[in-house]
Amino acid sequence: MTDPLPRQIGSGTLRKEDGPLVTGRARWTGSVAPPGTLHLAILRSPLAHARIDGIDVSAAAQRPGVMAVFTGADLTGEWGSIPCAWPVTEDIAIPDHPPMAVDEVNFVGEAVAVVAATDPGLAADALEAVDVDYTPLPVVLDSERAIADGPLVHEQLGTNESYTWGLENGDVAEAFAEADVTVQERYVQQRLQPTPMEPRAVVVAPDPARDGFTLHSSTQIPHILRSVLAGVCGVAEQNLRVIAPDVGGGFGGKLNVYPEECIGVALARRLAKPVKWVAERSEDSQTMTHGRGQIQHVELAATSGGRLLGMRVRILTDMGAYLQLLTPGIPLLSAFIFPGVYSFGAYSVECTGVFTNKTPTDSYRGAGRTEGIYGVERAMDALARRLGMDPAELRRRNYHPPFENGATTPSGLEMDSGRYEATLDRALELADYRSLRAEQQRRRAAGERRQLGIGLCSYTENGGLSPSKMTAALRLHAPGWETAQVRMMSTGTVQVVTGTSPHGQGHETTWAQIVADALGVPFADVHVIHGDTDAAPYGLDTYGSRSAAVGGTAVHLACGKVVDKARTLAAHMLEAAESDLEFHNGRFAVVGSPGHAVTIQEVAAAAHTASDLPEGMEPGLSEQEFFDPPNFTYPFGTHICVVEIDTETGQVAVPRYYGVDDCGVVINTEIVDGQMHGGIAQGIGQALYEEAVYDDDGNLTSASMTDYLTPGAPDLPSFTLDHMVTPSPTNPLGVKGVGESGSIASTPAVINAVIDALTPFGVDHIDMPATPERVWESLTAARNSAGMRHG
Amino acid sequence: MSRISLKVDGVRYDDDVDPRTLLVHHLREHLGKVGTVVGCDTTNCGACTVLMGGKSVKSCTVLAAQADGQEIETVEGLAGKDGSLHPVQQAFHDSHALQCGYCTPGMIMAAVDLLAENPEPTDDEVREGLEGNLCRCTGYQNIVRAVQDAAAVMRAEVPAPRDAGTEPMEGTRGTTSPAAEEVAR
Repeated sequence: MTDPLPRQIGSGTLRKEDGPLVTGRARWTGSVAPPGTLHLAILRSPLAHARIDGIDVSAAAQRPGVMAVFTGADLTGEWGSIPCAWPVTEDIAIPDHPPMAVDEVNFVGEAVAVVAATDPGLAADALEAVDVDYTPLPVVLDSERAIADGPLVHEQLGTNESYTWGLENGDVAEAFAEADVTVQERYVQQRLQPTPMEPRAVVVAPDPARDGFTLHSSTQIPHILRSVLAGVCGVAEQNLRVIAPDVGGGFGGKLNVYPEECIGVALARRLAKPVKWVAERSEDSQTMTHGRGQIQHVELAATSGGRLLGMRVRILTDMGAYLQLLTPGIPLLSAFIFPGVYSFGAYSVECTGVFTNKTPTDSYRGAGRTEGIYGVERAMDALARRLGMDPAELRRRNYHPPFENGATTPSGLEMDSGRYEATLDRALELADYRSLRAEQQRRRAAGERRQLGIGLCSYTENGGLSPSKMTAALRLHAPGWETAQVRMMSTGTVQVVTGTSPHGQGHETTWAQIVADALGVPFADVHVIHGDTDAAPYGLDTYGSRSAAVGGTAVHLACGKVVDKARTLAAHMLEAAESDLEFHNGRFAVVGSPGHAVTIQEVAAAAHTASDLPEGMEPGLSEQEFFDPPNFTYPFGTHICVVEIDTETGQVAVPRYYGVDDCGVVINTEIVDGQMHGGIAQGIGQALYEEAVYDDDGNLTSASMTDYLTPGAPDLPSFTLDHMVTPSPTNPLGVKGVGESGSIASTPAVINAVIDALTPFGVDHIDMPATPERVWESLTAARNSAGMRHG
Repeated sequence: MSRISLKVDGVRYDDDVDPRTLLVHHLREHLGKVGTVVGCDTTNCGACTVLMGGKSVKSCTVLAAQADGQEIETVEGLAGKDGSLHPVQQAFHDSHALQCGYCTPGMIMAAVDLLAENPEPTDDEVREGLEGNLCRCTGYQNIVRAVQDAAAVMRAEVPAPRDAGTEPMEGTRGTTSPAAEEVAR
């Protein structure tokens, strides 16, 4: 008898993915090169809004190496409009969205022509010879102006307002009438460029064997992409194979159906050749959907004792020029999570989405929930300042009491489980909050140049997207279930096919851990296949902290079906009753006579040999699960950020950062910590460094990585993390998901810390990113206004 | 076209290249060395870092013609002929210092150069030394840990680490240590 295998779930098992990635043998889309590939270069609009009066491609077509040049008008027969999957209201205004502009361009970077050439350099050279005649049209860039009196982005819609959606629970007017204290705040969630390290790339090769195409794309959503592309480009879905090979990050930016994917299919079809497009970074920054882009008006009503009575929120979202896959729905995710971890009676929210002449916005890590938690957590600090109360104490007075199986938010969400005050207590202890406050007081009293700020954030978020019926009720036209196949080979090893599509999250490792525990097989014997629409029955891919809670659960449940069938066969092999068998460590043994046993590998061999199966049993040992979650999951936690501000230069440093998170049961400790690290880093990036900046003409001036500052190693501290485990009752693994928690928690924690440091100087607000310039200006303005008061 | 001769990962290549061809494109498109990747086109991200004459360079900022006569080492040439990983590669795996892995080839080559220059760096020196290499997934914490672990192995202070496999966890390893920087001075 062999030693029991180590339990995988809850361990820090090293990743299966790493070998090719550390040795330069990864399969990136940009390295895919079928024989005879033509390289595409796309001419993009240099104007934010203009009528196209004519395009002359004749000179470009004569350039060396050029096989073909097409304009949008040439390709109108190749496709329809790129659809939006989340028309949030019945009367939502949705503009036509062809993959290439025909009559009008609506943002800088919109595709207007495409060159196919034998070499990428020659394709790029030929773009210079395409002559486009534009008539400039008035540009609107600011969302408040767009909704007020700005010029129309889409004349034919007659309005820049795409939709207004709202909900109200309880009597909000009464809550505000009864309040001792109210706060009214306006917060800006600046636009962000997701900036995964791998720019997007697409390779489309004709597949004559099935009158279709094989498309490689650096995407998070191969299955959704296939379904949508089939519709847009008129390819039978079964004849389109989409492969997401190794994908170099996504963060929501690759959760979309992009014009370049449609252009790839159209040109592969027209030219009957493989075609390839690899984005340059600045091109990717202009065309990958941006994140955030909200202006939030937040009002809180409370008693003088710091008890929340009500909340009123208005969100204005800059959606850019077109509606991409989920564009209008992102603010709804904010709307539902805006009340945060707090229990109070009355809540109303209204979301308005407007068009501007800019890159479309859509998901970015924590989509909607980062924005919502930022709003409530900043408003809580504003309320604490108004009440003269410690922000930790104000939060403590308003948390939902601990719950293990259901609590309702003011927005009407049914949360799964939560213990918010416990995360606060642990975070305060971890950070040694009293000592931090004492040090802060010392520096303030001494008038030191470098002042300390301490910022808190308590959060929850709905992960585990999505229970299909619930999201359908919100008019999201995409289900949220997930599939898994668990195939035991004749030799007893295991292949798993998942519908999730990892791009850094480590599903090959995590799913293998689930399988190893469930089947009692060695971790090394499990291989996970993903990111290929020909392999999985279907999939809903990877976004929204869904993969573990939905995809991992599907894997776990498929394993259960394998064990159930194996038990029946084992009983037959052992000539015992099924009820007399116990399954442990990969062995079916007769209770009371442990030597009388078969391993699951022996059962798999017998199932394949099929020479002696019980009456009616099908051969093989391979099972499939479609899992639709009954609810979202709700990870939660409390983070504390410590900033040090140089009050003479405005420079903000983050010397310490603490987080206590509860993402339910942890499958892989290292991967979970890694997700937190990366999420916190991105949240710090939004708070201090990152912003998509447009000039007055609508040019994206932050398109290169010289101008768009993602955090570097010296900008970040080592994070001090701890975990609590409150299992989610929504799935048998008890997992909640962790991909977005870090970015949700950190952004408000950092900005609350910045304002906390500056409060003695009279600063009570700053917008992101809190650059040295902006901090210095806030300090100077506050000092001047104090000087005027004293003078 | 100009004739250049390069030694890449121990193999000599003689080629005619366009004067404007960047080293990274020559490596990827002409020599098939696609392990080195492009992230930004503007010398900011470091994903394309290789060693040229033993020093790290961003291969998107070097013309292929400039590299004539040089010895180039990429991430593909780092492991031993028997497949054994370089200590930095091994440490990146052991410390979960990569997620999507796109920055990893450049990050590893930059770390190799860093440790050649400074075999015993502080955490701050690792962070400063890798400033030119951006990662969007990890927040750098485990990269710093990996570089320190590799440094210890390369100084032969600790035995080379075990191979990949199951590792029992003790608490929340690597995250509950006190922050490197001391605030309350």
